[in-house]
Amino acid sequence: MSDCHDCHVNSAIAPPPPVRSLARKTVALVGPPNSGKSTLFNVLTGLRQKVANFPGVTVEHRTGFLRLENGREVDLVDLPGVYSLDPRSEDERITRDALSGGIEGIRKPDAILLILDSTNLGRHLMLAAPVLGLGIPTMVILNMADDLHKRGGSVDTQQLASQLDAPVVLISAAKRQGIETIRNYLEGQFAVPRPVELPIFQDVPRCRQWSAKLGLRAKYRAPAPPVWTRRLDRVFLHPVAGPFVFLAVVILVFQTIFSGARPLMDGVESLVSHSGAWVANQLPDVWWRDLLTEGVWGGVGSVLVFLPQILLLFLFIGLLEDSGYLARAALIADRTMARVGLQGKSFIPLLSAYACAVPAIMATRTIENKRDRIATILIAPFMTCSARLPVYTLIIAAFLPDHPILGRFLGTQAAAMLGLYVLGFAAAVLTARLLKSSILKSDRTPFVLEMPPYRWPTWRFLGLRLLDRAYVFLRRAGTVILGVAIALWIMAHLPLKEGKAPPIEESVAGTLGRVVEPAIRPLGFNWKIGIGLLTSLAAREVIVGTLGTIYGIEGDAGNGEASKGLQRALQHDLTPAGGLALLVFFAFAMQCMSTIAVVRRETGGWKWPAVQFTYMTVMAYVSAFAAFHLF
Amino acid sequence: MASRDLTGGDFHRHTESVLQLSFSRKHCPPDRKHATLAELRNGEQAVLETLDLPEDNARRLMELGFLPGHVVSAAHSAPSGDPRVFRVDGSEVALRRETARHLKIRVAD
Repeated sequence: MSDCHDCHVNSAIAPPPPVRSLARKTVALVGPPNSGKSTLFNVLTGLRQKVANFPGVTVEHRTGFLRLENGREVDLVDLPGVYSLDPRSEDERITRDALSGGIEGIRKPDAILLILDSTNLGRHLMLAAPVLGLGIPTMVILNMADDLHKRGGSVDTQQLASQLDAPVVLISAAKRQGIETIRNYLEGQFAVPRPVELPIFQDVPRCRQWSAKLGLRAKYRAPAPPVWTRRLDRVFLHPVAGPFVFLAVVILVFQTIFSGARPLMDGVESLVSHSGAWVANQLPDVWWRDLLTEGVWGGVGSVLVFLPQILLLFLFIGLLEDSGYLARAALIADRTMARVGLQGKSFIPLLSAYACAVPAIMATRTIENKRDRIATILIAPFMTCSARLPVYTLIIAAFLPDHPILGRFLGTQAAAMLGLYVLGFAAAVLTARLLKSSILKSDRTPFVLEMPPYRWPTWRFLGLRLLDRAYVFLRRAGTVILGVAIALWIMAHLPLKEGKAPPIEESVAGTLGRVVEPAIRPLGFNWKIGIGLLTSLAAREVIVGTLGTIYGIEGDAGNGEASKGLQRALQHDLTPAGGLALLVFFAFAMQCMSTIAVVRRETGGWKWPAVQFTYMTVMAYVSAFAAFHLF
Repeated sequence: MASRDLTGGDFHRHTESVLQLSFSRKHCPPDRKHATLAELRNGEQAVLETLDLPEDNARRLMELGFLPGHVVSAAHSAPSGDPRVFRVDGSEVALRRETARHLKIRVAD
């Protein structure tokens, strides 16, 4: 109630003197994990932010832009969450380098906003020592003031400010209280702090003693334990009830992204096809009309269809993460994941990969351990994503007559589908074991998982994150797919014969199909399937549409109901063994440009996507070969 | 020790329980002066004595509050009993058994 009032009264800063220098400033946001750093970043910058990877590494940073009331412009750089500036982990090294101006593309900050959790000040204040020691103007922001007060804690910011010789402000980023004080600080003249004393940064016990002494002087009263968190954990981490809640959450997430997203996806699909038809009607009959409708609309449409699924998934992950349940889920899943050498935090990304590997790979950001994160990224595309469904459905329907196995509950076709899910899962487990016992063997860093108190997620921040994800997905993955779609369309329509597109076998695409034919003949595929394999590099389900075009039959890739005609054409061109080989190939191969693009982005280079693509393609080829010959 | 005031509002409860533990040591092997964190049962508390880990790893855990002299209590376990959640220095942190057994505790003097 009086929180906001408190924030302003307690803030130990005089009103800033008017500044003449309006030069653009760079300000870094530094803080430990779970200090509310991203929330504050979002509050300060709103939508004016961009996400980028640091050069050459997997660590992501965001830069936001602020224009202050006095006209000063500030680039706010959100650095990775760290507990110290000892360069032991990648995050810490980057934070330290960025603060000293040692990273290309990021200016040495003119000032630092150091954000700490006021409910856990004793521990968080330790980070103040090395940060203040840098000799850069710093404002110390104590977040979660609402929580601190509610649980009976308090701190004298004035005292703390005089000890640290730096402005100290008590805020609540989630409640947007005390933000004005930060903006005022950013408007003013920055001064280098000269703290009364600083400990030796490398000595953790000394740092802790220092922060304890500061706490005493600032009359810090630690808050009572979070009552609701303890109550909730008694249920969520209960030996019996806990796993049930976990299972319920998992089923809810899976069900929603898998079938709940269906109507939305169908909606997007019909929107795309209707607008495509509308555009086609508006345009004169020129060659680029087909390029626009088939190439651009078809290409972008195939990506747009996944947007609802991705947003739903990120809505769930956001809810789980912001509420604090994600840490509990990781705790419960840890033992199972440890069996294949992974850890609890890999669980949710792998589950998400059943919908689509792209958001799953983006969701691996919650895994701090780099090797575990890379391993999770590398195995995620083995999970049976929804793009494989239309392909599986078509081939199974063409080659496997449906007989009941378990009465009405399970037919041969459904069993085959289930078998393919198991196959993908087995490949993932096997690969994880292989990776974790060789190139990605865990460094001996202990598995540590902080259990943050439960909090209510705020819709505003969930919304901001969804927008951010949607934008990243559409821009990064969409451009690749669009390019490939256009390139394919052009290749299928060249060289022109008497001003008209040639028959498909004489086009550039057809020629390419014939070029790859010798390589895929041992798998039982002919050149037509070859074109399909090539086009499905863009996205797996594209093969259905491509085969439809090649056979001159309308195949409906969207709702998985491939026409009978396409099935008959396939039966004509493939033996049942070839059909099986094609299924196996699709189960293992990394036929997805969006995934490759997102892996490159998330791992900060071409190395891992290249390794992954090669590994998966070799595995797909060998397994398909075996399936064709052993069947 | 000054840091006590920062270890969370329920410090006095910690002290009491530590003292109580000295009377109910039936879970701890009597021939062992030092137990490890892995042996602490849920609901019990003890004082952390040493971190028997390589320096980098020890430092990581110390930054999370696992400092010698701090009171640690075991709060929850994952369904399989591993990892387990410990309360230390005002926060809750989960450790696997493989790590917890390297953290030596003093159950009583």
